[in-house]
Amino acid sequence: MHRNIFFSLLLLLPFGFLRAQDVEIEYSADDTAHNSNDLHEDEDINAVIMHHVSDSHDWHVLDWSGKPVGISLPVILFTNEGLITFSSGRFHHDDAGKEVVEVKGQRFVKYHEKIYLANAQPNANGVYLDFDEDHHPTNAKPVDISITKNVASLFVTALLMLIIILPAASFYKKNGSQTAPKGMASFLEPLIVFVRDEIALVNIGHKHYGRFVPYLLSLFFFIWIANMLGLIPFVPGGANLSGNIAFTMVLAVLTLIIVNINGKKDYWAHIFWMPGVPIPVRILLAPIELVSVFAKPFALMIRLFANMTAGHIVILSLISLIFVLDSIWVSPAAIILTLFIFVIKVLVALLQAYIFALLTALFIGQAVEEHEHH
Amino acid sequence: MDLVTPGFGLIFWTTLTFLLLVFILKKFAWGPILSAVKEREESIDNALKSAEKAREDMKNLQADNEKILAEARAERDAMLKEGRELRNQTIQGAKDVAKAEADKIMASAQEQIELQKKAAMTELKNHVAALSIDMAEKILRRELSDAKRQEALINEMLEEIK
Amino acid sequence: MVGSIAAIGAGLATLGIGLGIGKVGGSAMEGIARQPEAAGKIQTAMIIAAALIEGAGLFAIVVALLGTNTGA
Repeated sequence: MHRNIFFSLLLLLPFGFLRAQDVEIEYSADDTAHNSNDLHEDEDINAVIMHHVSDSHDWHVLDWSGKPVGISLPVILFTNEGLITFSSGRFHHDDAGKEVVEVKGQRFVKYHEKIYLANAQPNANGVYLDFDEDHHPTNAKPVDISITKNVASLFVTALLMLIIILPAASFYKKNGSQTAPKGMASFLEPLIVFVRDEIALVNIGHKHYGRFVPYLLSLFFFIWIANMLGLIPFVPGGANLSGNIAFTMVLAVLTLIIVNINGKKDYWAHIFWMPGVPIPVRILLAPIELVSVFAKPFALMIRLFANMTAGHIVILSLISLIFVLDSIWVSPAAIILTLFIFVIKVLVALLQAYIFALLTALFIGQAVEEHEHH
Repeated sequence: MDLVTPGFGLIFWTTLTFLLLVFILKKFAWGPILSAVKEREESIDNALKSAEKAREDMKNLQADNEKILAEARAERDAMLKEGRELRNQTIQGAKDVAKAEADKIMASAQEQIELQKKAAMTELKNHVAALSIDMAEKILRRELSDAKRQEALINEMLEEIK
Repeated sequence: MVGSIAAIGAGLATLGIGLGIGKVGGSAMEGIARQPEAAGKIQTAMIIAAALIEGAGLFAIVVALLGTNTGA
């Protein structure tokens, strides 16, 4: 019964996406028509897709009688005059640098989801910015730590984790360890045991694995929930959090730090002075091994980012086929293909969380391993 | 290019949120859950071990029982055997005593018979002797009346003595 | 035009990934068929190997993506 409900919801997902996407395209087409007059439709769709997979300052839900409806998120800026906050609604959905917001005597414009200090006068197109030859704005940018769509989605992810995991933990507190788990605890326990035994224990080894299990568990669930949230096409999902390179970078850097501060003598010996090989080879190997120290978490970062972003782009491209080919008759094929990709993405969401945690455990295992010398 | 340029805002918030999350969850969720799971695993392990031990004990107990039973059976057999022997012995004893008594009775009866027989014989002998003496006297009286015959008789008797 | 050349690059990278992961997957299947009891271990090793190959391929795709964006 539960499974049936789950699958019917799964089936509905692409349709929800389609609706959200539909209005977005209208909105965006309208938007780009303002910016430049001679954009092709494919470039237009390219822009829509890029817009969708990148971050934004407000959480667009749908358009209602020609006006975009969404959640305005707070903008937080570090400027020379200190911290400045205001609602992103004050840009009135302008993303072309035409709407100036004045706060505490400072004037800001938003251009391609970046906030710049505005010029005193608009240029010929009504934009308060200067551009270089590559059409990049040259205005100064304040440090932007706004609650963007991705940050909001991050908070939702964190909140969801707490809502799911804390009650499970309180079950054990209430019932002791001798009761069979029920509810959320019975859902989580196999996963927790799996992460502990199949990811941590296998790769790190008996002696050290206990210390890293909480981090690996947090990592696994955090990435999984973020991935799944990214698949939901409307609020509270719809953001491409785990497909954002900043997000994956933070996780990869944390892994890098944890791996290297736990590196034992053997680990460093293998990097700088590989035992068991002739000295010239050791000298040759040292820089390669040193690069690999950074390459491993770099690969983690790119893998998660590229997988999630690529998935989003593929789904959006398939949906956009309807608009590119300009025919309603394409939609069954497009929707079935999208559905197919969506099902794969549900799998990939879990798989990527597993792989990230697994490889992190593997790297930690290599770092803490102490072996007999060959 | 924007896609692969990490934005500072998200880096800041992700670091903050994730570290906070790891901290909170480690303290309030993973710690208790992992220790509870471990405790349960240990208790299951112990339960299994004690079940194994109980089974072993049971086995030993069963073996003991068997041994006791076998002993009891042996003892019973021994007792039965002893009883049978005792009975046989008693019967034998009684038989022996009876036989001895009977023998004794028979012996005394025999003796009595013998005695009576002897007495009867003696009487008979005496009687026969008296009779023969009587007869002999009578015969002798008649024979001795003839001297010739007396001579013959004496000769015959001497011949017999020789 | 730069965009389409970058797309060719992405396609070539995917070709490589496909070959690599195909080989890993095929060998894993053979291994599992030969030793079904080691399926769990082989699967883990397969996923790790596939992830590493995919990682290398994804670098190429990201570079291709970079090309697309600077071109557009």
